[in-house]
Amino acid sequence: MSILTKHKFIETNATLLLVLSFLVVSVGGLVQIVPLFYLENTIEKVEGMRPYSPLELTGRDIYIREGCYVCHSQMIRPMRDEVERYGHYSLAAESMYDHPFQWGSKRTGPDLARVGGRYSDDWHLVHLRNPQSVVPESIMPKYAFLEETLIEPEHIEELLATHALVGVPYTDEMIETAAADFRAQADPDSDYDDMLERYPGAQVRNFDGQPGISEADAMIAYLQMLGTLVDFSTFTPDASR
Amino acid sequence: METGTNDYVKLIVLGLVTLFAMIAASYARDLAYQLHMVIFMIVGAGLFLVTLRGIDEPKAAVPQNEYFDSVVRAGVIATAFWGVVGFLVGVVIAFQLAFPALNFEWAQGYANFGRLRPLHTSAVIFAFGGNALIATSFFVVQRTSAARLWGGNLGWFVFWGYQLFIVLAATGYLLGGTQSKEYAEPEWYVDIWLTIVWVAYLACFLGTIVRRREPHIYVANWFYLAFIVTVAMLHIMNNLSIPVSVWGSKSVQVFSGVQDAMVQWWYGHNAVGFFLTAGFLGMMYYFVPKQAERPVFSYKLSIIHFWALIFLYIWAGPHHLHYTALPDWASTLGMVFSIILWMPSWGGMINGLMTLQGAWDKLRTDPVLRMMVTSLAFYGMSTFEGPMMSIRAVNSLSHYTDWTIGHVHSGALGWNGLVTFGALYYLVPVLWKRERLYSLGLVSWHFWLATIGIVLYAASMWVTGIMEGLMWREVDANGFLVNSFADTVSAKFPMYVVRGLGGVLFLSGAIIMCYNLWMTVRAAPAKDALPTAVPAE
Repeated sequence: MSILTKHKFIETNATLLLVLSFLVVSVGGLVQIVPLFYLENTIEKVEGMRPYSPLELTGRDIYIREGCYVCHSQMIRPMRDEVERYGHYSLAAESMYDHPFQWGSKRTGPDLARVGGRYSDDWHLVHLRNPQSVVPESIMPKYAFLEETLIEPEHIEELLATHALVGVPYTDEMIETAAADFRAQADPDSDYDDMLERYPGAQVRNFDGQPGISEADAMIAYLQMLGTLVDFSTFTPDASR
Repeated sequence: METGTNDYVKLIVLGLVTLFAMIAASYARDLAYQLHMVIFMIVGAGLFLVTLRGIDEPKAAVPQNEYFDSVVRAGVIATAFWGVVGFLVGVVIAFQLAFPALNFEWAQGYANFGRLRPLHTSAVIFAFGGNALIATSFFVVQRTSAARLWGGNLGWFVFWGYQLFIVLAATGYLLGGTQSKEYAEPEWYVDIWLTIVWVAYLACFLGTIVRRREPHIYVANWFYLAFIVTVAMLHIMNNLSIPVSVWGSKSVQVFSGVQDAMVQWWYGHNAVGFFLTAGFLGMMYYFVPKQAERPVFSYKLSIIHFWALIFLYIWAGPHHLHYTALPDWASTLGMVFSIILWMPSWGGMINGLMTLQGAWDKLRTDPVLRMMVTSLAFYGMSTFEGPMMSIRAVNSLSHYTDWTIGHVHSGALGWNGLVTFGALYYLVPVLWKRERLYSLGLVSWHFWLATIGIVLYAASMWVTGIMEGLMWREVDANGFLVNSFADTVSAKFPMYVVRGLGGVLFLSGAIIMCYNLWMTVRAAPAKDALPTAVPAE
């Protein structure tokens, strides 16, 4: 095999070895990643999708901080049992505002992509406090400290502005009113109509039933909206995709 | 050289770092960031004082005709230390899954499974594996180039800078500083720090190759070099994020949804492909021939499998995303390339195993060689299992289940763990100039504890993984799902205990190794101190 004897040229030249290795390892990523930014079915918008409200986004950050993605996926595959158990299979558009994505890779616990509206706020609160009290077989850790930790929308404008910077369509108005919207969503006695106009379909409740806004409020607000934005009774998938 | 000016530049840089860290610590918005800035401040101030005390003093000349082995010795100690830490955390979280009460109520905000799991994965992959790779690559590149490590104290910067990265990552996870990208959880400033350290690592490694006295670059170094370059590319692309503020750890990823998922698993799978495979093949290509005292089996095979492996591996990522919102063409590409990848993977295994040609009898007498050969066998098994699991039909069952966890561990414990242990057993007598290891009997104990531990681990995860996959999809005659999710959780309990016990065995073996290596340094007979000198031209 004469071509292999020519390899001597590469293995006696460090720079050449470095450059060739780099070129060889770049190909696969380029082919697989770059088209995803242009192809219709990976960038299409679906009716109902909107950016997270400030309270939901805060809840999502707590979800990330606690490593919930380690045991819970948010990606329903189009198999019979998954659709039966969790609901309509997940669309690409449903995670288009997820920086970063939360599809997960392991189901030590069930998928959460459509957990919104499945259980009451009370159930979530008790479940976070002591999972085994509502699901005896559960091996989930306790998260009682969430309801004890009160939070303020201190830097929420900056958080929304950073998301806007990477492409989430938060308007200047949404960024300005972020702190007020944060409070309004957790207070059913507030004047929340403007907030609902900015975030259609957002649920306004005192999620943990306790005075003040706690991390549990934000977390439950996030869990209760998961998978609820797209109305699948009217959604028709494009047959070509 | 103008060491005097250098010292002044160093003082200015360290002073600025310390000052900035002090300001940042006082403005910190979250605990992880605050602690990290305090760490930066203490390290910066400490180095400032040391530099100041030594300024204008004559520097002790470093002998240029000797290998730079002190940094490799430190790397060996760090590898053993972080190995035990990583395995221990693994055992803890394995039992947390069997007995959720081990998520202690008093430590809820710090030590729940969700925060400890990244600590375990990072500790074993980056702290144990990373230190093993840096230490062995520094050792191998000097020996095979017949040159001292390039860059002088830059080698120490790489070592300590990497330990700092580990401490920042580990404490960050416990305090909730994470960007949730698996195996790339550390936040933006930790990522930037790792990038700086990594560039220095590349400089040391490549610089040594450039000043080599051998005409050819040895095959182990091709693998190490490809590993260093590719990991740099992966690390930078997967960590593109914008900090919400310079005073906090929180950052927002540049990519979202499908694109982010693809980039993550392009990174994630190649953390396996390059960190845990290419780099460790570099290790294999030096230590197996050395321990067997035989040349590498086939030079041509090593050329073919090197280029094939690094070209193909990078395509395999999307097999983590079968049946998701990722387009089918991408996951099909991932599947096809994963299956083709089976061939170069086994090329490497064959090249390693066949190196023992004419020396197979040593397996009876040399437990270190036995460990290396078993690691190659595990490498072969997991690189068969992986392509099989990447097939869409198999993946529809195995994805999201414990089977994946079992697969990862037969590769990580079997291949990466055992080959690293083998390298450590080879290195300690050489680096500390001992005639032999303290006890080969203890190496045998380690070998059997580790091997039985891996078998318990992998077998129990096959059982739980396939069982839960089947239970999830089971429907009755009327077409209703038979099992609730909670049913599948309780069904896995016995196997979770078996898995934990497997982990205990593996950890016990590693502790025995630490004792054996320690006693080798303390009590084994010394050897004449000659072979560390760089051969004369």
